[in-house]
Parts: sequence; structure tokens; C-alpha cells
Amino acid sequence: MAGISTVVSIVSERTIVSLIYLCGISSIIFVFGIIFFVAREGYPFIRDCFDFSGMFLSSDWVPTSAVNKRYGIFALICGTLSVTAVAMIIAVPFGLGSAIFLSQFCGGRTKEVLKILVEFLAAVPSVVWGFIGLMVMNPLIVEVTGAPIGLNVLNAGLVVGLMSVPIVVSISEDAIRAVPDGYIEAAEALGATKWQTLSKVILPAAKSGLLAAALLGVGRAIGETMAVLMCTGHAVNIPINGEFPFIHVLEPIRTLTATITAELGEAPRLNALPDGSFPPDARHYQSLFVIGIVLFLITLIINLTADLIVKGFRGKQR
Amino acid sequence: MNGTWYNMMQAVRLSHPRLPSAIASIRRHAWHGLWKAAAAACVAPVFILLSGCGRGTDSARAGAHTVIAISGSDTMVNVAQMWAEEYGRKKPSVKVEVSGGGSGVGIRDLMQGVVRVANSSRDLTQAEREQITARAGRAPIETVVGFDGIAIYVHKDNPLESITMEQLERIFGEGGDITRWSQLGVDMGRLKAPDKIIRVSRQNSSGTYLYFRAHVLKNRDFKMGSCDMSGSKEAVELVASTRTAIGYSGMGYATKDVKMLRVGTRENPAGFAPSQANVTGKLYPLSRALLMITAGAPDGETRGYMDWTLTSDGQAIVAGAGYVPVSPVK
Repeated sequence: MAGISTVVSIVSERTIVSLIYLCGISSIIFVFGIIFFVAREGYPFIRDCFDFSGMFLSSDWVPTSAVNKRYGIFALICGTLSVTAVAMIIAVPFGLGSAIFLSQFCGGRTKEVLKILVEFLAAVPSVVWGFIGLMVMNPLIVEVTGAPIGLNVLNAGLVVGLMSVPIVVSISEDAIRAVPDGYIEAAEALGATKWQTLSKVILPAAKSGLLAAALLGVGRAIGETMAVLMCTGHAVNIPINGEFPFIHVLEPIRTLTATITAELGEAPRLNALPDGSFPPDARHYQSLFVIGIVLFLITLIINLTADLIVKGFRGKQR
Repeated sequence: MNGTWYNMMQAVRLSHPRLPSAIASIRRHAWHGLWKAAAAACVAPVFILLSGCGRGTDSARAGAHTVIAISGSDTMVNVAQMWAEEYGRKKPSVKVEVSGGGSGVGIRDLMQGVVRVANSSRDLTQAEREQITARAGRAPIETVVGFDGIAIYVHKDNPLESITMEQLERIFGEGGDITRWSQLGVDMGRLKAPDKIIRVSRQNSSGTYLYFRAHVLKNRDFKMGSCDMSGSKEAVELVASTRTAIGYSGMGYATKDVKMLRVGTRENPAGFAPSQANVTGKLYPLSRALLMITAGAPDGETRGYMDWTLTSDGQAIVAGAGYVPVSPVK
């Protein structure tokens, strides 16, 4: 009897261990699965008609043209970057400020209520945010700024900025809370004021975490799709030029993500002809997956930079 | 690979006629695209398993209840839904399920066998015709069920009353030189709005977009920088909320917040309003046929339904939705 129960316990032990192992590597499997799928759909385009300057330096996005199909995504990249920039101008100061307030200047009930409200902000679906941009901010922006159209970089930037605030708040609050109590006590013992403690001790000690918070906010802003599709005006347009103030926030733009969402549904996925080549109409679908690859690379670079910076800071501190 | 997918979808469609329209409606609410792929990928295997278990009850139920799944043109989706409701009252044993998404979506659904009928506001291309024939084994048939005028919309406060085809080409076409309202003789200062023209267009595979490109721009490309909306209704709504905007959409989408311009030519600049009489008389220059496309001639309940849409009852709905009936309605 004892032998059987030992066998059972060993078997169940092994099963549970391998289950947990599976869970552990599942995210790796998913990541590689996604890379494989996106690359497979986009590969024929890269193989047959990839043209670096025609894609990355041209802003003519005309994939369904009857005379001259062009796949320039420069304007889309500029659109994504300008919305992200405006969003970060809003999200980083507000997020950082509220994280400092939450961790240093309030306690008890206020803190609890505020944290719940910030988390609630994160729970609002992006379609609802988009709707607010479309119905509330659109007429407001036209009224206040006199812009020709209320769906523009500013509208999308405000919406995406507010959407990224909760991420910035929660991660930077964690970073601030991780500063050892000894540092703060030492500063207070030296007679530092609350502001001196904050600016000279807490923020420098937490800076790698704060940077990570900002970069994760950037990642959120670049990846946002639905709200951006509804609030940008979805126009292939470069809002950046040499004239002051360089980023023209009252112009409608289009982002990489919104282009994929708006066009993938109707782009036909056609098969290769018997001789292995693709009909010209098949390129639209494939080029959207190439945009997917570009997005993937952008977020990869951001995450790697964040990792390297955070590691660099850790190295210096030691 | 694709043949197998087609057969699989056919099997799902036959045993679970409601599934395609469920997927289609998910897609409509999510503004087409990724959701469809995700939903289909998650739901299809489950339904295939279920269909293996419950085949007996299904065939019994199918006799009492037929579902006709239809998807496609955003321009036609209102009419198609009104038809479906009316036909459901007339003949409760047949359920017609309609979704939009755009002519291209409907045609693709027809290719994949997930719908019986595709609504389309444009003709099939040669490639689409061949693909449907190859996959379904029968050549597609196009049935004209109504006519539509593509209206040129501006904000209700805009003083402009008419526009010519040449002006439209210079506003929307690549290399066109009209970018300001003052070039059209409109003083935006009186509306306290900027002079810049905001062009409202449609996403680049919509039937309305392709029609406008073929007939106004003579198949050349659009000027970059137009706001490309994902639906006929969204395009009109954006014009309604933007005083500097000009856009095009089906005439059935007119609201009280927008104005439809008369469209003329160089010879006749006063032009014609997009009215039913002018579209029927082929006077309005931007008129087109609304089509229902089937793989092979429609048969059974589908045929009954399509024949009904062409009766005076069905055509009265076309007129009621703001479009133009094929035959005069009594």
C-alpha cells in the first residue's frame, strides 16, 4: 500500500512540475508563434517587392491604386511618433506627480480611494476612450483652438495620454516605494525638508524604475489602436516640419496600428499563382503584415533600450 | 490548405447556419479585421466538434428554419436590414441575417462560403469572379436590386450649393490644386472657420471609394491627407461635425446636419441634385447600381427572398431608405 501511494505522489508531483513548466514557457511559445505567423504573412512582400526608400522614406500609402501601387509608411510612422510624443507630454508629468503624491503626501483613506480611481482609469475600454475623443473632445478642440478639424494629433494624444497615466502611476509608485526606508530616514536625520528628501534622495534612487515606467507608457501609446483610429482623423499626413512648433498638433494624422485595423478586414488574402508569383492585389494584405513587423521591431527596440538603461543604472549604483 | 479551409467553413455553415453571421456581427461591432480572424480561429474548431456530436438534431431543426446569411456593402446595410426584418414578419420560417463591413468583405465572405449572398455597391473584378468560380464551382451572378447616387456632402452651414466633376477631381485627386475654400468662392471667415478644405474619404477598399476613384478621378489616385473613414455613416458624421469638410457617401445617409451638393459638369455647372428622379433619369452623374451577388443563380429560399426584394413591397423599402428603386413603386 505504501508503495502505491509513493508512486502516486511521485507521479502527481511530476505532473504538477511539468504543468508549471509549461505555463512558464507558454509565453515564449506564444511570442515565437506570433513572430512566425506575422513573418510568414509578410515574407512574400519582403522577398518580392521590398524597397527601403519606397517604404520608409515615402509617405505615399496607396496600396489599392489602379495605376501605381505605393507602400510608403513614413507618414504613418510620423503619425505614431507624434501621438506618442503628445501622450507622453501629458502622461509622464501627471503620472509621476500622482505617484509622488500617492506615495509621499497622502495616506489612509485618500490613498485607497485615489488608487482605486487610478485603477478604474485603466479599466475603461479603449473604444469608450475613442468615443469620448470623437464626441466630446472633437467639438471642444474646434471651439477652443479654431482648428479646421477636431480629430487630430492633439485629440488622440490627450486620449492616449490619459490611457497611459495608470501604467505610469502604478509602476513609478512601485519604484518610489522600493527606495529603502534607511535613505529617507538618513535624509530626515540630516534635517532635509520634505522637498529636499524627495528631489535629492528619493527620485534619484528610483530613477531607473521611473524611466521604466515612462518607457512602458510609450509602449502603451504606440500599441494603442481603437481609440487612435477614432480620434486621429485617419489621414495620411506628416504633422512634423521645420516650422515652429515643429509638431503641428492640430493636423489629422494616421498611425501604423490604425492602418492595420482599418484595412486588414477588406484586404484580400490571395494565394500564389501556379508559378509561385503573387497577383498584384495580394500585396496589400502582405504589406499590412510588414507594418506589423515594423511595429514589432519598434516595440522591441523600446523594450531593449529600457532594459539596457535600467541595467546601466543598476551597474552605476553598485 | 485553402481548399480545406473552404470545406471546413462549408461544413460549419451547413450545420450551424447562425455562426457566420455571429462572426460577421462581431466583426461589424469591432470595426472589422483582427477580431474576425481571432473569433473564427477560436470558434470554428469548437463548432466543428459540436457538429460532430449533434448532427441529428441539427438536420431536424434545419427543416423548420432556414437562415440566409448576407454580408457586404456598408452603403446597403440599412436597406438590407429593413428587408430582413420585413421578410421575417412575412415569412417567419426564413431568417435573414445581415451584416456590413464593406463590399470587399461581402465578396470575400462569399468566396469563403460563409454567406449565401454578398451585397455590393461595385461590380466584381475579374480576379474575384475567377476566385468565386474556382472555390464555389459556379460562376457568380449579379442581381441589380436598386440604384444609389453618391452624394457630395458639406456641413449644413456651408454656403456652397453646387460643385462640378472637374472641381471634385481637383479637390480629391492627386496633384489637384484646390486646397482652400476661397478657391471655390466660399468665404469661411463668415463661419469663423479656417480656409483649409478637410477632405473626407473612405478606406481604400470600400466600394464607394473605388466608385468615386473610377468616375471622378478617372482611376488616378486620391491626394494623400484625406480623412479615410471606415463606414458610410462615419464619413457623413465627420462632415456633420466639421465645418470645413467635404466628403462623399451614399445618398441614403443624409442627415439634417449635412447638405448634399448639386453635381454638375463644365458644360452644366448648376448640375443636378442627387434626387430619386435624377438618379433614375441618369441625369445625376454619380449614380451606380446596388447588387446582390450569389455563387451561381440563387436557388431555394435565397431565390424566394431575392425575388421578393424586387417586388413593389421590397422596392418600396429601397425608396424609403433614401435610395432609388429598380422599378417604379406604386
